[in-house]
Amino acid sequence: MNHDLRNRRLVGMGIWAFVVATVFLGCSAARVESGQQASPTEAAPSGDAENGKAIFKKDGCYECHGYGGQGGVTGARLSANPISFAAFVQYVRAPKNQMPPYTAKVISDKELADIYAFLHSLPKPPDVKSIPILNE
Amino acid sequence: MFSRGDPQWVLRDLIDYVFVVWRCFLSAENAKIIQSWGARRDETTVARTKKPPVDRRDFLKLAASGATTLMASPQVVPAEQRATEPAATTSNGAEVMTTDRAGSDFMVDVLKTLNFEYVVASPGSDFRGLQESFINYGGNKSPEWITCLHEESSVAMAEGYFSIEGRPLIAMVSGTVGLQHAALPIFLAFQDRNPVYVIAGNILDVEERRPGADWMHAAQDVAAIVREFTKWDDLPVSLGHFAESAVRAYKIAMTPPRMPVVLVADGGLQERPMDPGAKVHIPKLTLAAAPRGDSGAVQEAARMLVAAEYPVICVGKTVTRTAEGIKLLVDLAELLQAQVTGANFPSRHPLSVRALGNPDVVLGLELDDFFGTVNSVRDQLHKTTTSGVRPGTKLISVTPMDLYLKSNYQDFQRYQEVDLALAADAVATVPSLIEACKRLITPDRRIFFRDRGAKIAAAHQAEWQRTREEAAYSWDLSPISHARIAYELWDQIRNKDWSLVVGGDENEWSRRVWNFDKPYQYTGFNVESVACKAPVAVGAALANRKYGRLSINIQKDGDLMYANGVLWTAAHHRIPMLTIMHNNRAYQQEMMHLQRMSTRRNRDVTTAHIGTAIDDPNIDYAKIAQGMGWYAEGPIADPKEVGPALKRAIAVVERGEPALLDTVMQPR
Repeated sequence: MNHDLRNRRLVGMGIWAFVVATVFLGCSAARVESGQQASPTEAAPSGDAENGKAIFKKDGCYECHGYGGQGGVTGARLSANPISFAAFVQYVRAPKNQMPPYTAKVISDKELADIYAFLHSLPKPPDVKSIPILNE
Repeated sequence: MFSRGDPQWVLRDLIDYVFVVWRCFLSAENAKIIQSWGARRDETTVARTKKPPVDRRDFLKLAASGATTLMASPQVVPAEQRATEPAATTSNGAEVMTTDRAGSDFMVDVLKTLNFEYVVASPGSDFRGLQESFINYGGNKSPEWITCLHEESSVAMAEGYFSIEGRPLIAMVSGTVGLQHAALPIFLAFQDRNPVYVIAGNILDVEERRPGADWMHAAQDVAAIVREFTKWDDLPVSLGHFAESAVRAYKIAMTPPRMPVVLVADGGLQERPMDPGAKVHIPKLTLAAAPRGDSGAVQEAARMLVAAEYPVICVGKTVTRTAEGIKLLVDLAELLQAQVTGANFPSRHPLSVRALGNPDVVLGLELDDFFGTVNSVRDQLHKTTTSGVRPGTKLISVTPMDLYLKSNYQDFQRYQEVDLALAADAVATVPSLIEACKRLITPDRRIFFRDRGAKIAAAHQAEWQRTREEAAYSWDLSPISHARIAYELWDQIRNKDWSLVVGGDENEWSRRVWNFDKPYQYTGFNVESVACKAPVAVGAALANRKYGRLSINIQKDGDLMYANGVLWTAAHHRIPMLTIMHNNRAYQQEMMHLQRMSTRRNRDVTTAHIGTAIDDPNIDYAKIAQGMGWYAEGPIADPKEVGPALKRAIAVVERGEPALLDTVMQPR
C-alpha cells in the first residue's frame, strides 16, 4: 500500500493546516486590497445545488473535504467559507498546496458553479452552546 | 615412519573423511562438528539418545567390518532393504519410545527466566515439541498460550502488547510459511522500534524430517526472509546455545533502539530427549543501560534552548511510552516554558500545541521523521519542498537511531541537516539536559519564559476552542463524523480508566478532544499499512486486561478484512475491548491517490472508486463480529444513535467481553 507520510505526521499536518489557512486568508487579504467585497456569492453564476451535491460526491471532493464540506485530515473546511466564486475557481484550477488541480477538462465551470451553489446551500452549524457534550 | 603419500595415510584419511560424513548425517550440528572434530562434545550432544552417540573409535570398528562386507559384495542395497537407523534400546533390548525430559522442556525453563506472560501463536508442526512443553511441562502459565488464527495476527498482537506493557511476549511462528505470513508485522515492528520476540520453528537435520511437509517447511537459513528488518537472529544448535541466544535476543531487542529479534528453535533440538543429568547453564539477563547523550553536547543543547526566543520540543512516540518519559518531558517543558508537540505529551497541558508555530530552535526527541517534521513536500506533478521553519532555525536531534541503521528498507526517511546531534536515548538524556538548563537560566530568562508560557497557554486554549467549533460543523452529519464519535466517546469514558490502543488518522479527533496524560492512553503505534491494526489492538487489549482498563479501538474497515480472525481470538480468550468501526466503505486514501493521478493527467476522476471502494455489497461488520463471538450492533448511520449504542457496548465490555459497533462514517 502506498502511504502519504505527510498525512500521518501530526506536526506536518499542523504545517499543512497553517499553509492552507494562510492561502485562504491570503485570498481574503488580496480581495480586501483590491477593494472587492467579501460577499460569498460574489460574481457567482447561478448554480444547481442538487447537481452540485451529486458532483461533489461523484468527483470525489468529499474524500478530503467530507460529505458536508466540513473538512478533514487532508482537506480544508468548505462549508460556510466566505470566499468568492472567482477565488474558488482559481484555487480549484491551480491550487497552491496539496490539493490536486482540476482543469476544465476534468470539471467544467458550470459544474464548479453547481458545487459552489451546493456549498452555499449547506446549513449553518448549530451553535456550540446548544450541544451539551461540546460544553462539558 | 609413514609419509603423507603412503597407502596407510591414504586409508586413514579416507576413514576420517567417511567418519566426518557419517557424523554429519547423524547430527544437526554439522558445521559445529566439522569445526570441533576431536574436541569434547558438549553435554547436550551427549544427551541425544534417539541414536546412540558413536565416537570415532566405535566408528572405526564399524567401518572396518563394513568395509570388509562392501569389498566382498559390492552390489547396491535396494532402498526397501536398507536398515533403519538403530533406535536407542534399553538393557533388555526394548526400543526406547518415550522420555520424561525433552529438549523443549529445557527451552521452556530458559524462556520462563525471561518472564514472558504469553505465547501467541497459530499452530505449526515444527514447534510441536515446544508447544507441548509450554502447555504440559510449563503448566500453561507464565507464559500462557494464546491461540491465533494467522501468524500475522500473532506478531501484530505482540506489537500491541509491548506498546502497553513495555515488555515483550513471545510470538511463535512456523519457520517458513509462518514466518512468511509474519513478515509484515515484523516489518511494522521494526519501523515502530518495537522489540517483538519471535520464535520460529524449523527442522534443520534431514534425519529429523518426515517426508513431505517437514521438508517443504524447512529451510537452511530460515530467518533470512526477515533479516533485513530485524535487529538480530540466531539458530542455536545445542541447548546451551539456545539458552545463551534466548537471553541475548531479549537483551538486544530491549536495548534502544528497540527492534524485533528472531530465535529459531530447531525441531530436533526440541524433540530429542535431554539427559536427566545434563547441566546446562542459563545465563542471567542484565539489560543494558540506555545510551546517554555526551555531556558536552548536552551542555550545548541546553545553551541553545535557554537562549532561544521560541523553542519547540517535538516528540517521537518512543519517548512517551513510559510514565517516566512523560514526566521528564513535562519537567523540561515547564522549566523552559516551551511548546511541546507530538506523541503522547499530555494533551490538556497548556504547553501542548499541535501546530509547529514559528520556532527559532527545534528540539527533536526520537523523531521518526525529522525532515517531515520541519518540511512539507508538495505532491504535484513536480514535487517541491517547503521548509516549515524560518531560515536560521537551529535544529537539535536526540535519537538512538544514529547508532543503528539498516540499508535496504528506507524507513529512516530523508536526511535532515541539524545543528547538533546526540546519538542517545531521549529519556536517558533529558535528566541531564534539565540539570544543564537549570544551571543556565537567569532570573531575567525566567521572567521571559513565564511570559512566553502564558502566550503558549493562550494558543492552547484557542486551539481547544476551535476544536469545539469545528466539531459543530459536522455534528449532525450522516455518515457520522469523526468529531461526533470522538465527543460521544469522551462523554462516556472521561471518568473511566481507558486506553486508545492504536494510533492513526482515524484517531485524529480523539487526539484533539480527549485528555491524554498516561502512557497507555495513547501508544502512538500508527499502523502504516493495512492488515495489522485489529490484531495490534487485540494484543494491546490483552495487556490492558489485567489492569481492568477499557481498551478502545477505532478500527479501519479495509484493515479489518485482512485479519479479522483475531476477533475470534479476543472472544475465545475473553479479552474485553470496544471496537468502533471507521466504516467508510473504501480504501479511502488509495482512492484519493487515484483521484490525484486522474486529475494530474486530465482524465476521468469519477473512476477512482474502481479497485478502492468496498461496497456493493456493503460488508456487515456487526454480523462478522457476532459470528466470531462478539457483542455487536450496526450498521449505525444516524449520529443520534451513537450515544445510546456506546452505552450498551461499554456495559458489555465492562462485563469482560469484546463489543463492536459498526458505525458508518465520513471518509477521513
